[in-house]
Parts: sequence; C-alpha cells; structure tokens
Amino acid sequence: MSTTTLPAVRRGFDYKKFLANNGALVGLVVLCIALFIATPDFLTGQNLLNIGIQVSTVAVLAFGMTFVIVAGGIDLSVGAVAALAAMVSSWLFVSAGLPGWLALVGGLVAGLLAGMVNGLANAYGKLPSFIATLAMLSVARGLTLVISDGRPISTPAEVSFLGGNLGPVPMPIVVLLVAALVASFVLNRTVIGRSMYAVGGNAEAARLSGLPVKRILVTVFALAGLFAGLAGLLLAGRLDSAQPQAAAGYELDAIAAVVIGGASLSGGLGKISGTLVGALVLVVIRNGLNLLNVTSFWQQVVIGLVIALAVGVDVLRRKTRNG
Amino acid sequence: MSEQPLVTLQNVGKTFGPVTVIKDVTVSVYAGKVQVLLGENGAGKSTLIKMMAGVYQPDAGRIVVDGNTVTLPTTRAAEALGIATIHQELNLVPTMSIAENVMLGRMPTKHGMVDRSAMRNRARAALALIGLDVDVDTLVGELGIARQQLVEIAKALSINARILILDEPTAALTRHETESLFAVMADLRSRGVGMLFISHHLDEIAEVGDTVTVLRDGEFVAEVPASTPEDELVRLMVGRSIEEQYPRNAGGAAETTETAEILAVEHLSSSGRFTDINFTVRAGEVVGIAGLVGAGRTELIRAIAGADHYDSGTVTVRGRALPKANIKAAIKAGIGHVPEDRKGQGLVLDASVNDNLGYATLASTAKLGLADFAGQRSRAQAVATKLRIRMHTIDQAIGALSGGNQQKAVFGRWIIAASTVLLLDEPTRGVDVGAKVEIYELMNAITAAGGAIVMVSSELPEILGMSDRILVMRDGLLAGELTAAEATQDAVMTLAARDVADEN
Repeated sequence: MSTTTLPAVRRGFDYKKFLANNGALVGLVVLCIALFIATPDFLTGQNLLNIGIQVSTVAVLAFGMTFVIVAGGIDLSVGAVAALAAMVSSWLFVSAGLPGWLALVGGLVAGLLAGMVNGLANAYGKLPSFIATLAMLSVARGLTLVISDGRPISTPAEVSFLGGNLGPVPMPIVVLLVAALVASFVLNRTVIGRSMYAVGGNAEAARLSGLPVKRILVTVFALAGLFAGLAGLLLAGRLDSAQPQAAAGYELDAIAAVVIGGASLSGGLGKISGTLVGALVLVVIRNGLNLLNVTSFWQQVVIGLVIALAVGVDVLRRKTRNG
Repeated sequence: MSEQPLVTLQNVGKTFGPVTVIKDVTVSVYAGKVQVLLGENGAGKSTLIKMMAGVYQPDAGRIVVDGNTVTLPTTRAAEALGIATIHQELNLVPTMSIAENVMLGRMPTKHGMVDRSAMRNRARAALALIGLDVDVDTLVGELGIARQQLVEIAKALSINARILILDEPTAALTRHETESLFAVMADLRSRGVGMLFISHHLDEIAEVGDTVTVLRDGEFVAEVPASTPEDELVRLMVGRSIEEQYPRNAGGAAETTETAEILAVEHLSSSGRFTDINFTVRAGEVVGIAGLVGAGRTELIRAIAGADHYDSGTVTVRGRALPKANIKAAIKAGIGHVPEDRKGQGLVLDASVNDNLGYATLASTAKLGLADFAGQRSRAQAVATKLRIRMHTIDQAIGALSGGNQQKAVFGRWIIAASTVLLLDEPTRGVDVGAKVEIYELMNAITAAGGAIVMVSSELPEILGMSDRILVMRDGLLAGELTAAEATQDAVMTLAARDVADEN
C-alpha cells in the first residue's frame, strides 16, 4: 500500500517545485501553445528556424550579460560593443587587408578588449558598472562611427558564413548552441564561474575567503565583451555587412532576457538555461505578434508588460518561499 | 496573576510550508514588567516576536491586547496599539541624519514642508531618553554600530510605546552602553511600559528581567522567575545540562616544551587604527584580545589577515613574513579569518552550504581552471558532518540556517583549507548557548592539533574562559597582557578603559 502511494506524493511535490523554479519555461510553453492555436503560421519549420536565427543574437549577448549580472554588475555597452567588434572585423578585412579568418578573430578581440576596459574601470577605477559601461556604450558606438565614417562595410566571407547555413541548419543556431554550452560550462564548472556567484552574492565575503575579486570582475566584463563581439559578428554575417547602427538598444533586450530567466539584478543568482529561455520568450512574443499582424508599436508595449510580469511573479515567488 | 496583561499571545502556532516553527506557545507582557524570552537560535523567538509586531500572522491561537482579541495585519497596526520593536538587524538609512532617521515616516511638517527645527527638537528629546549625546544632524552611516543601535532604540522609544519588544538589543553594545540601556529600561518599567526582552547574555536576565519564558524547538518549556540560576536556565533551554560553559583545556599545549612560535606580529601600525602592536602566538595557544568597541581590535585582526593595508611593521607566520594586504598569501601561510559580521563579511547567504564551505579552497584545488566539484563536495560534506552543521541538505542556501550553524560553516571553510592560525572576531556573536559550546570545543580541537588562535571578543566571560593569555587594547595601543591565571574581569577592564565611566 505505502509503496504505491508514497512515490505518487513525491512526484507531485517535485512537479510543483519544478514549476516554481522554471516559471519562465512554463510561460514559454504556454506562449507557444497559445500561438499554435491562434495561427497556423507559427508551428512551421521555416518560422521556427526564423525564431532560432532571431534569438541567436539576443541570446549570445545575454549569455555575456548573465556573467555580469550574476557577478552583481550590469553591462549597458554590449550592443555598442557588438557593433564595434563587427566593424573592426570588417575594417581589418577591407582596409587593413588582413585575411578573413584573422579579421574575424580581430573582431572578437576588439569585443574582449572593450569588455576588459569596462572591467578595469569597474574593479580598479571604482566606477559603478552602470556608469563604466554607459561610458563604454558611447565610446564604442562613437568609435564604430569613426572607423566606418558612418557607412556600412561589407564583411569577409568567414563572417558571412556565421550568418549563412550549414547544410539545412542556419549557422546562427549552431553558434548559439555552442555559445550556450560554453557559457554554461564556464559558469558551472570553472573556478571563475563559481567565483562569479560568490562575488555577486557577497563581494566582501568572497574577498575575505581569498578570492581575487578584482581580477574576477575584469574577467567577467571581458567575457561579456567577447560574447558581445560574437553576437555582433553573427548579426553582421546575416546582413553581409557591418552596420554602424547595428544592435542599438540590444543591451536592454539582453538584460530583459537574463532577468526573465530568473537572475537577480542584485547578483549571485542566474543560469544560462534561464537566460536562453528568457531570450526565447522575448523573440517568440515578437514573432507571434508579427504573425498576428500586431504593429511594432504595440509589440513594445507587450514586451514591456511581459518583463514587468516575469520579474513581478519571480519576486512574489521568492517572497512566499522565504516568508 | 489577577492583573490583566497588556498583550498576550495565546496558544499561538505558526508553520512555514511543511515546517512548524511555533507550536502552542503562550506569552504575556505585563505593564511595568520585563518578560524575557529565552531559547537557542531556531527555538522560535524571532517568529514569536514577529507575530507580536504584526509581521507574521499566527496560524493558530490568538493575540489579545488589553483583553480584546485583535489581529495585527501590519507593523503599523501593532504600532497603533503601542507595540514597538527594536530589531536585531538595524533598520536605519545610513545616508540620512539621526534626526531624519528617528522621525522617519512621521516627520513634522509646516505648510507641507518638513519642519526641520521641530524634527531636530523631537529627535533630541528622543536621544535624551537614553542619554545619548550626539549631534542629531550627524549622518547615521558615520556612527559606529553601537551608536546606530542606540539611535534605533531612541527611535522606538519616541513612538510612546506601551509595549516594547527588544530583540537582542545588547548584542552589539559595550558594557557601559548596556548599563545605560538597562537604566532606560528600569525607567520605562517604572512608567508602566511592558517589555519583551531577548538576549543571549544569561547574566543580563537576572539584571533586567522579571519572568522568563523558555522555548525549545518552537515549544513552550517553562516560565520561571528571572532570578533562576543560569545553570538551570541553560538546562531548560538546551534540554541537557552543560557541564562547563567554557570547556578550555587550559595549559594543555602551553605546558609542553615544543612551544613553537607560529604567529609573530612586530611593530604593526596603521595610522588612526592601531600603533606599534607586538605579540606572538605559540602552537596550541588561544590568545584573547579584549578591549572596548573602537579600541582597534577588529582593525588589527583584519590587518593580520591581509584584509586591510597597514603602514609599518611585519606579520610573520612560521618565520615567513607575509606581504601586506594580501589575503591569498595569508591563507596560503595558514591563516583563516572568521570576520566580525558573519552575514556581511563571512557568508554568501544566497549560496549553498556547499559553496560557502568551499570558497577558500575553490582555486587551490582546481585543475586547469576547472573547479574540483566532487572533491569540494565530499570535503564539505565531511566537515559539515564533523562540525554537526544542522541543515536539510548541503545544497540548501546557507542564509536559512541558524546563526550558530552559519558560524560553524565559516569555521568549516578554514578547516577544509587546513588553516593553522585562526583569527576569530566575535566568534560567538548571535550564536546560541549550545552552538557556543560546540565552537569552544572546536577551538580546543584546533589548538590540540597544534593550531594557534587569536580571538577578539566583547564578551569578557568568553575571553576569560577561553584564553591562555589575554591582550588588552585601548585606543589602538596594547595596554597590557595578562595570563589566564591573573586575569579577572576587573583587571581587564582597568586596562581597557583608564576612565571607564567616561568611555561612551
């Protein structure tokens, strides 16, 4: 008797716990089912691939942002840094005459360096990350315009490949998955990743335990810059050119994705899987509203409400759990 | 008792999810009496006072104020009935002045604007209630923790409370500050204010209390007069008798011939904090550092641990000088630092017990930058078992554990790191009696294994009971050194404060 009832009770409990811990995922599934019912255009192979491509840029940016937010900071510069990295890459190829693959690496290095400057300004210059990266937003966007003279520059074939297809699969989706695995590995398995949670949760306790808090912060922002660079190259690859105004405002999407994914802006909490779900929620909503012929003006209103709702539910959930 | 209580929690109960925190407890507060609530951390004291303060609603039983059953849905509702709480955690805005903090939420206005002079006057009157002489325009953040607490007390008193809940108000106060608080409490008592008082200092109970309600594991154990002997109170509280409060195996290691000097501090100075400090600690020794709040004890400990810079002097561990302000090098040399503020400096509260135990060894056990997950986990599990850290699982957020278990986890971190020189700053603050004894036994085990301990504590009985030698600091200087044999409360206090009465 007891052997048949006990597991049932336990399964019910786990199910509840799963729901509570994966609110964003549940929301995403509900959203997809609703769209599937509302329009026949949603669940088609082509549309799903479109969603995959659209989510790739936001999600890769947001992975980098996850590191920063877990470590207790914020990075407003990722959109501008993405544009700068893509522009540097195209400039290295077109104007400096470097081979395409080297130009691609050069773009990533540009992103990494911009992020590192953010980290140095934050950790050693004692600037709050909000200010340091706000400054970088302006500097990086300005440099992008300076390099390009305000005009698009075409990308090398290697970068365009990132925006192309690998057999039937779009490359951005492949890059997205690889980036997710790498980011998740860094956050969960490496010393630097585990340290991010400690620094974001309580920097002083981390420091007194011997963790090199400043070096960790520099690495965190450098990683965010590197991921931003990759996102910039993905975007440029899709368009076959680096655009001076590319990815403008994307930092807000990235922050929204991380927060919808369950991270806390006060640091110490957050997961890559959550961020991926958060990015998917944003993109699926936009996609669905497009399919339903809702204007982009209203889309912004809806997105805003979803962010407020997601975080509101999360706050409420934590409150009841701790209460 | 024919007299009607001001407030009664009658047969109240409280559960959080599957956990029953309070079960069928009755407590009353009478006018002009001090009711003491006694129990270990986790016994349910905090939950109980939160019910009285309107933070939590009881799931069972009822709250009676002046003979009428009431509900207290908010803290405002409780305040309206004259129930004010002085919380254990400070509830002040550090960037605002004392006057603004005292009057927060009820600032006097004139023509719709804040009436600053009225605000200052009323704040001054509030401070006068507890004899605190500070400029009310001072920013609260500029005050030391002891004075911040006094401001908080003044704030609660200024609401004309009939029922005052004092949740460990003396935890961060010096003896003198405690005395002035008790004087205020005596004054309030004579004016008919009822008080509910919580303290981990057993000696304070007889001094200020009238009756004691003892709780254990959320249940009512006994109600006894405050004059009950301490031993008996401890027995009621923990459910077993504690043979000795301070189980120091004094002289054990100090008698041996191998008195290897492990830690040497020479001419250590830090401008404005401490000056020319010299002392050594041998293997197997516990050296206590006594002194008043602000004497420079914490600053000294932090400098030795590498947490802060210092201007001159050297710190040597086993003959090797440590670089300045380098925590990593200090840890490598065997130093472990248990900081003063457990929640603010010791632990990452949202992170798991497992993570918190492993921070000091996260990098040193890693291979190629990859954390040694399995190894860290098994070491954490082993030390959690060894130190009897009470938790559901090792993956539980450490913030959910009681103070004593949290503190054991901070110790555990250094045990995993194989630290041999432990610098303890108020190691038993906010820790219940049972866990205190466990921490003392842990200190004995560390010294018995050849380790050395430096302990800063504001609890004189603890310093006297656990130290082999006692250094006394005053105004950043070493005022003197006493052996365990010659140390008495008076001897220490004479060194700590040349003019005890004026020290505030």
